[in-house]
Amino acid sequence: MPEATAPDDGDGVRIDLISGARMEGLTSMEKIRLILDSVRDGDIVVLEAGLSPEEESKLIEVTMTEISPDDFSGIEIETYPSTQQPNQGLVGRLLGKEEAAKKLTVIGPANQIETLHKDEDLISALVSRK
Amino acid sequence: MGLLTNLRDSITRVTDRLFADDEPKRIGIYGPPNAGKTTLANRIARDWTGDAVGPESHIPHETRRARRKENVEIERNGKTVTIDIVDTPGVTTKVDYKEFLDHDMEKDDAVKRSREATEGVAEAMHWLREDVDGVIYVLDSSTDPFTQVNTMLIGIIESQDLPVLIFANKVDLDDADVKRIADAFPQHETVPLSALEGDNMDEVYEKIAEYFG
Repeated sequence: MPEATAPDDGDGVRIDLISGARMEGLTSMEKIRLILDSVRDGDIVVLEAGLSPEEESKLIEVTMTEISPDDFSGIEIETYPSTQQPNQGLVGRLLGKEEAAKKLTVIGPANQIETLHKDEDLISALVSRK
Repeated sequence: MGLLTNLRDSITRVTDRLFADDEPKRIGIYGPPNAGKTTLANRIARDWTGDAVGPESHIPHETRRARRKENVEIERNGKTVTIDIVDTPGVTTKVDYKEFLDHDMEKDDAVKRSREATEGVAEAMHWLREDVDGVIYVLDSSTDPFTQVNTMLIGIIESQDLPVLIFANKVDLDDADVKRIADAFPQHETVPLSALEGDNMDEVYEKIAEYFG
């Protein structure tokens, strides 16, 4: 996150809460880069509107290419389980109705965030320092 | 994604399927690590071709490359369905070589395995976006299905409009709970089985023929 400054985060964990409006103007790769750059710095990213399935697929793929021993072991990502949506069909997808399915998403370094509990309406996670 | 791009992609997917009926469907076997994907792929391949697809192991990420078994002919109810089986590496968002050290592996081997595993997961995701016509999603019935990887992968599969069957594997284990899996993904059909023991394979082949034939 280029705009923000952190005077000294040695004793804490930084959390970036990113609005849906901010993400809306970014391309898929810009979103993925924004997330992974923060997570690789040890930060926790909370996305108000989440990612599309295709972006999630690319996030997994890019994450895999960046894993390296004793440096970065990947990400922990949590969203609420998807609610059951009727098949929207061709017209629904053309009109972009799948956008409505996006959900709050928490992403952090795999070695610093651990999910304690998750159900349809609650995500409880333990975050540790670097 | 813009309207025109959506329209183009949707039309391409529909026309691809309409004109590809003569080709065997490529059915990807997906799921988290250690769900029994390769055991299932081997069971299907041995039952109908006599050959195996790849080695099986209790150590996670034994499968680190997607493997395709072509022209598997499955006979059900007097009809023959021909598919290509694609056994894929287990999908995850993290790979730590230290996990492999618990399996009596030297550090160099563990690092090599983790590097290959990450390449395999990336490859599996690429296949899912580009190269499969249907998905068998394999889950271990004795573990919690409400994981982020499962939620994301099912969402990705649904967004691709791919037909999908959920296979609740390892029903031979004492703590297997098929209902928990069916409840987790009620929008899809769940088929219980043990690929290792060969339990309920008749229904497995009936559903494969019904969904992917």
